Amino acid sequence: MYDFAFHKPSTLAEAVGLLADPDARPLSGGQTILPALKHRLDRPSALVDLSGIAELRGIRREGDRLVIGAMSRHAEISRDPTVQAAIPALARMAGNLGDTQVRNRGTMGGSLANNDPAADYPAAALGLGATLVTNRRRIPADEFFLGMFTTALEPGELLTGIEYPIPDKAGYAKMRNPASRYVMTGVFVSRGPAGVRVVVNGAGPGVFRQAEMEAALTGNWSPEAVAGIRQSPDALNSDIHGSAEYRAHLVTVMAKRAVVDAG
Amino acid sequence: MPSVNLTVNGQPHSVEVEGRTLLVELLREKLSLTGTHVGCDTSQCGACVVHVDGESVKSCTMLAVQAEGTSVTTIEGLAAPDGTLHPMQEAFREYHALQCGFCTPGMVMSAIDLVKKHPEGMDEHEIREGLEGNLCRCTGYHNIVKAIAAAQEVMHGRRTALAPAEV
Repeated sequence: MYDFAFHKPSTLAEAVGLLADPDARPLSGGQTILPALKHRLDRPSALVDLSGIAELRGIRREGDRLVIGAMSRHAEISRDPTVQAAIPALARMAGNLGDTQVRNRGTMGGSLANNDPAADYPAAALGLGATLVTNRRRIPADEFFLGMFTTALEPGELLTGIEYPIPDKAGYAKMRNPASRYVMTGVFVSRGPAGVRVVVNGAGPGVFRQAEMEAALTGNWSPEAVAGIRQSPDALNSDIHGSAEYRAHLVTVMAKRAVVDAG
Repeated sequence: MPSVNLTVNGQPHSVEVEGRTLLVELLREKLSLTGTHVGCDTSQCGACVVHVDGESVKSCTMLAVQAEGTSVTTIEGLAAPDGTLHPMQEAFREYHALQCGFCTPGMVMSAIDLVKKHPEGMDEHEIREGLEGNLCRCTGYHNIVKAIAAAQEVMHGRRTALAPAEV
């Protein structure tokens, strides 16, 4: 790892000021950026640790929305009674990603801003029609995820929190790579204020909505409704772990399981 | 050079580090606490697990400067000053929960956090799932799981002494 300056601001304004340097990078839980820096994939001039900023923390219910601060850690989200009551599928997701040690450090904001195609939270954010709140604006999830490791965030823009409309039902199922445990293919389903949403992660270069399954579940919320729908393998990932055809097959299997998970 | 103020195994320290110094490097190279191992250095294997303010973390994936103001416990900090082993260490010995021993410090530290998070007790399956972040390349999981199952009974006060291993 190349050396860098380390800053730990205590306010959002201070952090944004430090990140005006185009070579500075924000540091949230560090579970992705630190391994990347060890491989010298980047050479930041400075890391700006966001863990001391109170404005980025906290989990609360505001009317029909669940608001989660960007620096909330996975373990904290999974154990939070407000999350468990409002969106149990989100609490289960947070408790079932990475491993215990990653969950004790990694944050929801960091994962969403990173937008790894195999990450879990982008499926929940898009699958619940969340709003991603930054220091500058509010971005609907439908406009936030722009493909592999790419989001609508601009230089100097920091994710501060995520607002999830509380659904009537939500569920998630994923097939994990047996060795790396990253998501091979996952499907998040929900029914609520954002309508019926079916979102696929892990299978393609980024999360995407599955319109045909959404239409089927709108009329008939049951695993049988999606059982006959085939995802096209076009544009899905093919690698040593699985072909695009295999991942396309998994989309249907995971969609059925996700509906069962939602109840 | 930044300096980090932290408590390690109950002792306060102030250590000069670089921004890029990892917590595990601080522990091993600055404080000579070499019980914390580096297995993979890619956050997979868990040989480097320590407790930071009571929570298990991979010390190869945390900067030393991020530990400012925290209380860190390493494998060296578990036994009592008179040498009495922590119930988890005692269980690893009793159940022969190690082969080459390289993963053992991380396994013990993860296992203690795992047991503390499950006061209701865990079955074998839950223990295996809970050890997801720790790899034993001798594949000696069988006795590790048995040791944790036995240690949790003592740690939660359901037994006063460790159940002896069957021979």
